[in-house]
Amino acid sequence: MTEGIEVEHLEVGDDGPRPPRAAVGSHRIQEEMFGRVFDRNVINRIWAFVQPYNSQMVIAVVAVLIFTGSQLVIPLIIRYAIDNGMASGAGDYGVLGWSVMLFCLAILVNYAASYVQEVVVGKAAENVLFDIRRAMFAHLQRVSLGFMDKTEVGRLMSRLQGDVNSMQEFLETSVLSVGDIVLLIGIVVAMLWLDFRLGLLTLSVMPVLLFVRIIWLPRARVAFMAAHEANSVTNGALAEAIHGVRAVQGMDRQHVNFTLYDDKANANLRAHLRAAKFAQVMVPIVDSLTGVAMAVVIVVGGTMVLNADLEVGVMVAFLFYIQRFFDPIRSLTMQYSVMQRAMASGQRLIEVLDVNVDVEDAPNATVLGRDMDGSVELRDVTFGYNPGQPVLRKVDFKVEPGETVALVGPTGSGKSSVMALIHRFYDVQEGQVLVGGHDVRQLTQDSLGQQVAMVLQEPYLFTGTVFENIRYNKATASLEDVIKAAKAVGAHDFIAALDDGYETQLGERGGNLSLGQRQLISFARALVADAKILVLDEATANVDSNTELLIQKALIMLLEGRTGLVIAHRLATIRGADKIVVLQNGEIVETGSHSELMAGGGLYSKLYNLNYASFDDIPDEATIASPEART
Amino acid sequence: MAAAGRGRGLGVLVRITRMALRHPWQVGFAFVSAVIAAILQLMIPRLLGSAVDQTQTVLAAGARHQDATAALWATALALLGVSVCRGIFTMLQNYFGEAVGHHVGYQLRLACYDKIQRLSFSYHDTIHSGDLITVGMLDLEGVRMFFSTAVVRALLLSVLIGVGAYMLLSTDVTMGLAALSFVPFVAWRSSVTRLRLRATWLKLQERLSVLSRVMEENLGGIRVVRAFAAHAFELAKFQKASQNALGLAHDRVDIRVTNTSMMTFSFFAAMGLVLWIGGSKVIAGEMTVGGLASFLTFMMILQMPVRQLGLMVNAFARASTCGTRLFELLDKEVTIRDAANAKEIEISDGVLRFENVDFAYSRTVNRPALKNISFEACRGETVGIVGPPGSGKTTIAHLIPRFYDVSGGRITLDGQDLRHVTLVSLRRAVAVVQQDAFLFTTTIENNIAYGDPWAKEARIERASESAQLHNYVLDLPAGYTTVVGERGVTLSGGQRQRLSIARTLMLEPTVMIFDDSTAAIDSATEQRIRAEMRQYFASRVTIIVAHRLSSLMHANQILFVENGEIVERGSHDELLARGGRYKALHDLQLPPGEEISPLVPEAKR
Repeated sequence: MTEGIEVEHLEVGDDGPRPPRAAVGSHRIQEEMFGRVFDRNVINRIWAFVQPYNSQMVIAVVAVLIFTGSQLVIPLIIRYAIDNGMASGAGDYGVLGWSVMLFCLAILVNYAASYVQEVVVGKAAENVLFDIRRAMFAHLQRVSLGFMDKTEVGRLMSRLQGDVNSMQEFLETSVLSVGDIVLLIGIVVAMLWLDFRLGLLTLSVMPVLLFVRIIWLPRARVAFMAAHEANSVTNGALAEAIHGVRAVQGMDRQHVNFTLYDDKANANLRAHLRAAKFAQVMVPIVDSLTGVAMAVVIVVGGTMVLNADLEVGVMVAFLFYIQRFFDPIRSLTMQYSVMQRAMASGQRLIEVLDVNVDVEDAPNATVLGRDMDGSVELRDVTFGYNPGQPVLRKVDFKVEPGETVALVGPTGSGKSSVMALIHRFYDVQEGQVLVGGHDVRQLTQDSLGQQVAMVLQEPYLFTGTVFENIRYNKATASLEDVIKAAKAVGAHDFIAALDDGYETQLGERGGNLSLGQRQLISFARALVADAKILVLDEATANVDSNTELLIQKALIMLLEGRTGLVIAHRLATIRGADKIVVLQNGEIVETGSHSELMAGGGLYSKLYNLNYASFDDIPDEATIASPEART
Repeated sequence: MAAAGRGRGLGVLVRITRMALRHPWQVGFAFVSAVIAAILQLMIPRLLGSAVDQTQTVLAAGARHQDATAALWATALALLGVSVCRGIFTMLQNYFGEAVGHHVGYQLRLACYDKIQRLSFSYHDTIHSGDLITVGMLDLEGVRMFFSTAVVRALLLSVLIGVGAYMLLSTDVTMGLAALSFVPFVAWRSSVTRLRLRATWLKLQERLSVLSRVMEENLGGIRVVRAFAAHAFELAKFQKASQNALGLAHDRVDIRVTNTSMMTFSFFAAMGLVLWIGGSKVIAGEMTVGGLASFLTFMMILQMPVRQLGLMVNAFARASTCGTRLFELLDKEVTIRDAANAKEIEISDGVLRFENVDFAYSRTVNRPALKNISFEACRGETVGIVGPPGSGKTTIAHLIPRFYDVSGGRITLDGQDLRHVTLVSLRRAVAVVQQDAFLFTTTIENNIAYGDPWAKEARIERASESAQLHNYVLDLPAGYTTVVGERGVTLSGGQRQRLSIARTLMLEPTVMIFDDSTAAIDSATEQRIRAEMRQYFASRVTIIVAHRLSSLMHANQILFVENGEIVERGSHDELLARGGRYKALHDLQLPPGEEISPLVPEAKR
């Protein structure tokens, strides 16, 4: 077999630097999609977030109008000064003085209006952005766990950040585009008012620009998008190289990858050069049209001045307006793509805000007090994540107060679902889950959460100090309480040995601690929470023997005086339980103590006798082959 | 790439400029166009002014209508010509400016990519991958933009302001001074504010990254949050981080707006001054209306570039900080590389030998990770390495493909010191199945064929079968073309490890290392994999690092490593008979109270 492989290897060897099965960075960093330019639903939903800032928005729009007005008025003042103050012999210092005063007034108004407008819009847009993000974040705290399981954190983050940011850009620019439109109209009106014929003639270049833009825009946008896409593809490949550098070096793929990356980087270069061409080709067109408009004013306007049909100040004012009037057209057409991007982002934001909340407090939900007995009972529970595909069928068992029950069964037998139901992460389809004698659906989720502590298989730590991690949301816990808990689970010694003891900052996900240490901290956290019921998913990961013993001891400590429900993987834990519930394919197969089950000779004893170190090691065949599987 | 290495040690900006100068034609075009465009632009106010005057002088003279109209036409045509040319040269200036930047960016990308691929594990251990991505994307962008936003713009601005000022002052000193009075103020404000905005921006970035960490941890640990009914607590945490960032965001708006409105005001104030002085002069007959108009248009033209001064200062600052980081990466010495006279490795008997190997990670030089490790294995033999976490097992595995270099002693393969052979040939001879298998976002078949992308389908399937992955893949709707990885189908830990094994089977190494790479695979499947690979193992040295004893108890030699030293060695039976640490571990891994019996692959059908 080995020889055969080698021969083939030589045969297909070097056929160029780009092998058929190789690619780099085949995914992109950000999902980009472009939606409709205008989507009423999106607008309405986003508008709801703007509502609280209505008064600011009104102020902003008024300020924009004043600002634009003052800009329009400046050339008119200059024109007034020229025609009535200084033109051909009519020199009048009084008029000039008045004009300059008027000018000063106009620029003061302009200053104030532009300040108000930009500050108000800028801050309101920031506020809206943070509000949207808060609403999404708060909503995600309540949506069903099923959704959270299916959705990657990175995807949600890109919505919470990228999409929210593009909404902000949209809000800021939309107020500015109100100004642009007003400015455009204002210039047109002012020119026509100053001199109707000359105005009309000069404005005739505007449709030409509009026409050119309309032809240019779709092509240019394709080029811009291609450049954008090429960038994210290239960056994706770089990110892959960084994350996978160990695998790349281990398999000696550097050379092939470099060639492939070069292709991508080169394509990126070409795409950007093309986009730059498209962007720059507009410059001479706009400049030429400005030139044409100015030439028209000079020839036609100049002749009119010569014939005394027009005052020279009007001609000067025209020349000023022409310098300005292409700006609004340019920014308005650019606004189009901002809109498009914003609509797509808005769509994605709404998607998050609209995710169903399956589990909600009943209107008359009661608070589960500390005085409840601590029993847990599942009554004929049937449950599935998808309708018609139950993962639990008629599961029925009771855990008496203070008892420890081990849930045992192969992967996929429904153990974790049982655990999730007790905490009401999901609602049952049939039957009832009772905690302390109350149906969980009749309890407030907060009080249930306070009485049922949970330790997950993978210890999850937050950035912050050890103390903060152990205390977590139990604000009343003091440092003494935390130390007591840490001592109880045997974590105190290693914590005290850390550089800053309990004040040591943990790295990302507690990266500076070993797996076993993280496990112990998560135990301490559950202990501080001081709940009557403890639900625990035992870790399967391999740790060394010392840590293993520590964890076993901590577990006993943790379960003392509490009702315990343990998804057990280790035989020692299973044997120590008061009762064992054996699950298979969502049904209870057997219940009893270790010795009872061993005597019964059912699935449990079979699994036990297979001699695996942990129940998770058991291959599927071994359980499926057992006759109980068909009962 | 060679260009990126040039000018090492020089100032960062000089170095970027030198890279840009490697495209002399484009740089030349950009420069020449910028100068021409600036001069053409400065001609426009003059022409407008003279057009206005032409309408006036004739009126004063009273006659010669024809001549006046002809003069207007001439001015209009000249203006049109100047406008068109200015547009064209501005376009050329912008395009070539950007083109140079893109070409520089392209070379830097390649240099970065190559460097990242070649830098050794010890570098990647110390650096956060997110930081590296920032360097490769954002910092590179900052450097790329330098030529067009800083260099070309600086040239354009100096011509515009310099020549413009000369023209204004030579026409009329008082008026010129009045018209230019806003320039120093705006220049000073905009550069100071830019730098302030930049500082605020960096601080805001920090606070935003705290905010995103809060969100990310919350979403990633949502089960913990729910389990502790902590959503109120988490919301408060979010709110705090959010307010923190929002406050600064508001400050930023304030700084920006205060500055821009002040700059605009100063510009208009200067315009008012010109209007006042110029108006008086016109009335006094010292100046024509056209002269005044040309002064006012001059100001209009200067306004934009002067405001952009801030952008330019920003571009310089950005290029300098970004460039420092980028070049730091590019100049990083690759510690693991071919020796000067390195030869291809020659495999004869396939004997791997550790001779008194010491090793310490660069971070913890004082605390050696390995001390005096010696062992030997020949073709067909299997060495098992076991020990508590952090004892140095993985380190041993990583020294063989020279992911790190030994600090003392030496490792030889068929008598050749690993440091004296070429890396390419060594890595071909040694393959590691890594602890945490990295999956590339591509199809399963491409992932399996990662190390040998020329491989044919049949061979891929065979490797996959041996790794017990084939049946699982066939059950997927798209089979071997299913995309896995970050954006594809999620594989379980065991499936990932099996894929990783299949991937390594595609290689034909002399030494094959399993670095705790079967932990997530159940023992029965592992037994089957081993049975499948028996023949494969026969022709090479196999090293198995594991926690689970059943994974390595069949090895010819088992090394028990503790604190970087081999404390026990021997076969499974010998070590059990010794009753030492290995025996203790063995007892712990068996069901308590049961007699010791070997794990047999019963499930194999």
